[in-house]
Amino acid sequence: MLEIRNLHVAVDGKPILRGLDLAVRAGEVHAIMGPNGSGKSTLSHVIAGREGYEITNGTLFYDGRDLTGLAPEERAAEGVFLAFQYPVEIPGVPNTTFLKEAVNAQRRHRGETEHDAMQFVRLLREKVKELGIAEDMLKRSVNAGFSGGEKKRNEILQMSVLEPRLAVLDETDSGLDIDALKIVADGVNRLRTPGRAMMIITHYQRLLDYIVPDIVHVLARGKIRKTGGKELALELEQNGYAEFVDEAA
Amino acid sequence: MNDHPSLPFNGMDGLPELADEVLSNVRAKGADCFRAQGFPAPGAEAWKYTRLPAINDMGFRMAVATDGTGYIVRTAHLADEQVAARLIFVNGQPRADLSHTGNFPPGVRLEPLSVALKNDPAWLNGHLGASIGDSGDGLVSLNDAALAEGFVLVVDAGVCLEKPVEIIHFAFGTDIALAWFPRNLVVIGENAEATLVVRHLGGMNGRYFTNAVSEFSMADNARLRLYTLDEAGTGITAVTRNFTRLAHSSALQTFSLMSGDGMSRLEQTVHLEGEGAEAIVDGIYLLRGSAHADSTTRVEHRVPNTTCNEVFKGVVDDTARAVFQGKIVVCKGAQHTDGQMLNKTLLLGEKAEIDSKPELEIYADDVKCAHGATSGKIDEGALFYLRSRGIPARLASNLLVRSFLGEVTERISNSIVRDLVAARVEQWLPDASHIDRTEQAA
Repeated sequence: MLEIRNLHVAVDGKPILRGLDLAVRAGEVHAIMGPNGSGKSTLSHVIAGREGYEITNGTLFYDGRDLTGLAPEERAAEGVFLAFQYPVEIPGVPNTTFLKEAVNAQRRHRGETEHDAMQFVRLLREKVKELGIAEDMLKRSVNAGFSGGEKKRNEILQMSVLEPRLAVLDETDSGLDIDALKIVADGVNRLRTPGRAMMIITHYQRLLDYIVPDIVHVLARGKIRKTGGKELALELEQNGYAEFVDEAA
Repeated sequence: MNDHPSLPFNGMDGLPELADEVLSNVRAKGADCFRAQGFPAPGAEAWKYTRLPAINDMGFRMAVATDGTGYIVRTAHLADEQVAARLIFVNGQPRADLSHTGNFPPGVRLEPLSVALKNDPAWLNGHLGASIGDSGDGLVSLNDAALAEGFVLVVDAGVCLEKPVEIIHFAFGTDIALAWFPRNLVVIGENAEATLVVRHLGGMNGRYFTNAVSEFSMADNARLRLYTLDEAGTGITAVTRNFTRLAHSSALQTFSLMSGDGMSRLEQTVHLEGEGAEAIVDGIYLLRGSAHADSTTRVEHRVPNTTCNEVFKGVVDDTARAVFQGKIVVCKGAQHTDGQMLNKTLLLGEKAEIDSKPELEIYADDVKCAHGATSGKIDEGALFYLRSRGIPARLASNLLVRSFLGEVTERISNSIVRDLVAARVEQWLPDASHIDRTEQAA
């Protein structure tokens, strides 16, 4: 589903990703672990299409299509979703309005009919209930005044409503207490299907107790340095990232 | 600059005679003062960012009565059942055939100034200029010199006017450049309440200069909501001066929408003269093309325990230019003043401009005052967030502009006006309904 080869990315002329290779197939959950500054967030933003990330070499394919020519909104409509590390506050725009705009824009893009208001509200209520999220979050402005945990839950809500095929979760565990972490993990696990792929980007092993990955990668100094099964995460928890950071470039 | 300018507009030819001696003296004194003061000089501090075109050289004539615009005006005004009354001016002249004064409770008077000048000169003598004092300038003097038309609204003590009074100034194209000088007087009695919507429309073709002066006097516990909505066309040069005085425990809410295509300046002076008086002075500006809009305010806290909260926000595109000058003055002894002022601007065009000058002038030591001003582009991070959810760039940008303006527009307490403003915002936003693939990919 996602095929990254020899990817080099620079931000403000400074190389961040330096020859990254990664292949993610439908139905798989990959964990990308690595120390701060290793390029984890850059990877997530490049997949979602944020401006300011210059691809200097390599390829980024999704379903056999070159992603780099697509605007962020087109990638979203094609099924790419990024759960943000720092979700943005948008005062004055209710969550429901925002989600309806997003879902309908994606449906238009795919040539599907738009949801009417009633259908949409029903869909939202269902999702909120499933995820154990308070319904009043729908009426509130997007992330405005939300606690850290609420913001992350809102990301998961958006993900379940938009039903992406490739979900990238960027440090979704940061700043969460154990209860919020469980809600988030539960939301993610509900979305695990044979047709959907996920990338969990995290610094710590903690989240992986609740979302058990199929494959774990270590990203350090702009490149995947090691790949293994879920036991690799435990190993990293024991030994830290020192061996990857210290290795000569 | 001419040191001793003569009266423009052919010496004010065409003004109707005034029978009352005191009132004709207002004109004569205004003419004398204007000769001494002239138009604001380009270097004047209060006019640092707004330069009037050379009005004298533009061949303006005093406007006279017109007809034949009924069709256009009728498409714009609020429905009869939405308003307490409507008074329509075309090129500065009242039009009874388009106006509507049907839904008044007793104790309310609304009439063209020309009617009051004829019927009630003694009352006018007592009120005209009372709110201005020595705060006037050359433009106010010029308005005095042209005293003839405008409106008078009086709401007697205890009377509550729930529905808005709608005043429309409509500029309508002719071959000659036209000028008019509305003079308006609003008196709200003790415990009385009114809502006033003043709208500037038309002016798509032709050239116009309007120089309006309005006085608002609010007695103890009076309530006034004043909405000024400017959506006039490129042909307009408009200067509007509002003087408002608030007595004990009275409450003023003003909101201005500056969204014309020409040049306009709205200068509001608010004097909080009674303890417990409260003013909300809000506005938004939506400018594109070569529009220029200047929102200037001066709020004077003259006694203890008064509050003022001021929020101006705007969006500027193309080569348009916005000006915000806000001054809060806390006079000596005006303890426990609460004065807050905020100005925020989104610049959409590379060449769009905002000149923001918030000022505090404080002569008391126990006060709570603050001001802030920011300007910048649409937040790239927020835009990316929305786009990453599938919302196309232009739609996302519109959503963020709406959200940005919402902080002010949500404070409009009258729902009819809130809807009018919302409709204008939607109309102003770039059309995002048909977005083709190439644009999305750009």
